[in-house]
Amino acid sequence: MKSRTVDVDYLARVEGEGAIHVKVKGNKVTDVQLKIFEPPRFFEAFLRGRNFTEAPDITARICGICPIAYQMSAAHAMEDALGVKVEGQLRALRRLIYCGEWIESHALHVFMLHAPDFLGYQDAIQMAKDYPKEVQRALELKKIGNELVTLLGGREIHPINLKVGGFYKVPTKRQLASIVEHLKWARDAAVESTRLVGTFRFPKFEQDYEFVALRHPDEYPFNEGHVASNKGLDIPVRDFENHFFEEHMPYSSALHSLHKERGSYFVGPLARYNVNFDRLSPLAQEAARSAGLSSECRNPFKSIIVRCVEMVYACDEALRIIDEYEMPEEPAVEVKPHASMGYGCTEAPRGSLYHRYRIDDSGAILDARIVPPTAQNQRTIENDLREYVSKNLRLTQEKLTWQCEQVVRNYDPCISCSAHSLKLTIERE
Amino acid sequence: MAQKRKPKLAVWKFASCDGCQLSILDCEDELLSIANAVDIAYFPEASRVMAKGPYDISLVEGSVTTPHDDARIQQIRNASKLLVTIGACATAGGIQALRNFKDVKEYASIVYASPQYIDSLSKSTPISDHVQVDYQLWGCPINKRQLVEVLSAFLNGRKPNIPAHSVCMTCKMRGIVCVMVAHGTPCLGPVTHDGCGALCPSYNRGCYGCFGPKETPNTRSLSEWWTRLGVNDRDIMRAFRTFNANTEAFRRESEIHEK
Repeated sequence: MKSRTVDVDYLARVEGEGAIHVKVKGNKVTDVQLKIFEPPRFFEAFLRGRNFTEAPDITARICGICPIAYQMSAAHAMEDALGVKVEGQLRALRRLIYCGEWIESHALHVFMLHAPDFLGYQDAIQMAKDYPKEVQRALELKKIGNELVTLLGGREIHPINLKVGGFYKVPTKRQLASIVEHLKWARDAAVESTRLVGTFRFPKFEQDYEFVALRHPDEYPFNEGHVASNKGLDIPVRDFENHFFEEHMPYSSALHSLHKERGSYFVGPLARYNVNFDRLSPLAQEAARSAGLSSECRNPFKSIIVRCVEMVYACDEALRIIDEYEMPEEPAVEVKPHASMGYGCTEAPRGSLYHRYRIDDSGAILDARIVPPTAQNQRTIENDLREYVSKNLRLTQEKLTWQCEQVVRNYDPCISCSAHSLKLTIERE
Repeated sequence: MAQKRKPKLAVWKFASCDGCQLSILDCEDELLSIANAVDIAYFPEASRVMAKGPYDISLVEGSVTTPHDDARIQQIRNASKLLVTIGACATAGGIQALRNFKDVKEYASIVYASPQYIDSLSKSTPISDHVQVDYQLWGCPINKRQLVEVLSAFLNGRKPNIPAHSVCMTCKMRGIVCVMVAHGTPCLGPVTHDGCGALCPSYNRGCYGCFGPKETPNTRSLSEWWTRLGVNDRDIMRAFRTFNANTEAFRRESEIHEK
């Protein structure tokens, strides 16, 4: 029987080091591996013994693209452990900085990493020769997202102003007002971008996924909510590990997170969209509809549209928060340690990010568990590759290889995140 | 006359968070000009094109943590005219160098879930432990303005203009109220290389040393001041043992406070 393989030795336009291996015999795909060879960095091991206040800044270093997500999940987990609630304007400021991270991260992925696939370019710089206006607009959009993160966090990568309990320093109303005009421009640019990517040609490819995302009674989710899915899952964050487990595959330095009964699942913008369409702002819903989306979307290639819709939402939400902002009297809630266990889950640009910590009376971390979005999507990505290759065997090797890369890029995988650690077990003789 | 060839730029990743190479893409205003000035020959995070060497400038992010990466950095050095490390991981070993402090006996007793799948060195080391490095940019993450300065300096055959003084000096120059004197907040500013523009003190927070030690840092004296503020040995040890823990000055000071 004729056999064929599709190998991508070093995946481009993703964050981190990964490879694809697909093996075909006759008309059947016999093996699929999303190989992650990013070296593990053992965060969960060296977090032991660190102070609970250090978790946000240390775990931020798992990912330079979504440090806010790590700082937020860590801070929420510690606050959960210590029975502290961060509310009112401090809570709103956390949503605001998250808006900035979504805008910069989505603008990066949509235009620098993903759009070149749809338009047939090797990269955005080549694309800029034929689409100068669009690439320029994308860079400007990305810059405004970074500006918002910098305004609240001090810098765009590994911001320094977030902590357990709130912030070191809160902005004045006037400082926030300085970015309003930029955000209004960004909102228009995001609407325009949604329209543009809606005109791309999408492969016909729909799967019956389990979409998992946070769900909040009133809001499109950033920081809070239940872990919910389109297949009936609805659990508090602290029950996460009762429903999901991680598996170590020989070819990957990242663990695969799976649902205990139903196996693979899908996190990220497309999952949030399917679970929370009704929580989007009217403008974001309208942008989605005008790009041809209904309230449900099962085609992962169309995640590029959903990222644009989420940028519209993030700009809208940021403007709403700034409009209602009153400077709080204290930049943070006081937090005192005691022996406890806490859970946090927030929505990183690429999906739900779960943290769990156990600390002692002095505040020292006894153990930590972190489940990043890409670990949760790995199995689903492999399933997509299997399905996609099976249906497209007629394509030339070159085209099939490129499209396999695109199947992976649909998920905006963050490989540094996924390989942040491997679980360690201690055996003593 | 032959047209002048554009210098070839390559960007490499070792164990890291990706933030320092992301700084290149975060140069939103300069990115297209950089792409005009150099031939981006190898930068997988941004492009599918992966051209063979030799390269005129290689930017290296991340630390060496596996035998394979040890071999890979030798090849990269051989293929590069200039090799510049970007960020705390490549320049000092990064946060993952915390493994370097594990007691060997304890380390040996920790076994992976499936150890046969993983090939990892016991230490995380900076690039300069393995090959000769032409320039090092500090920071967790690097400052993107400094990156643009280094690139334009090398493209124009001059020395990069990167200040070598402490964060403390920058605070004085910017007129930021001293967090240690005014609020009793422990700060690593006096021993830390500037690069951030004294960011943390400007947010009422003590510097946590993400740009690594400045030249000839007086860490002993600073620790004594911290002790007077009521900071215990364990906390002083942890303060020196973060993103630049593997640097000589910070490692030595942290070990003095280890009980």
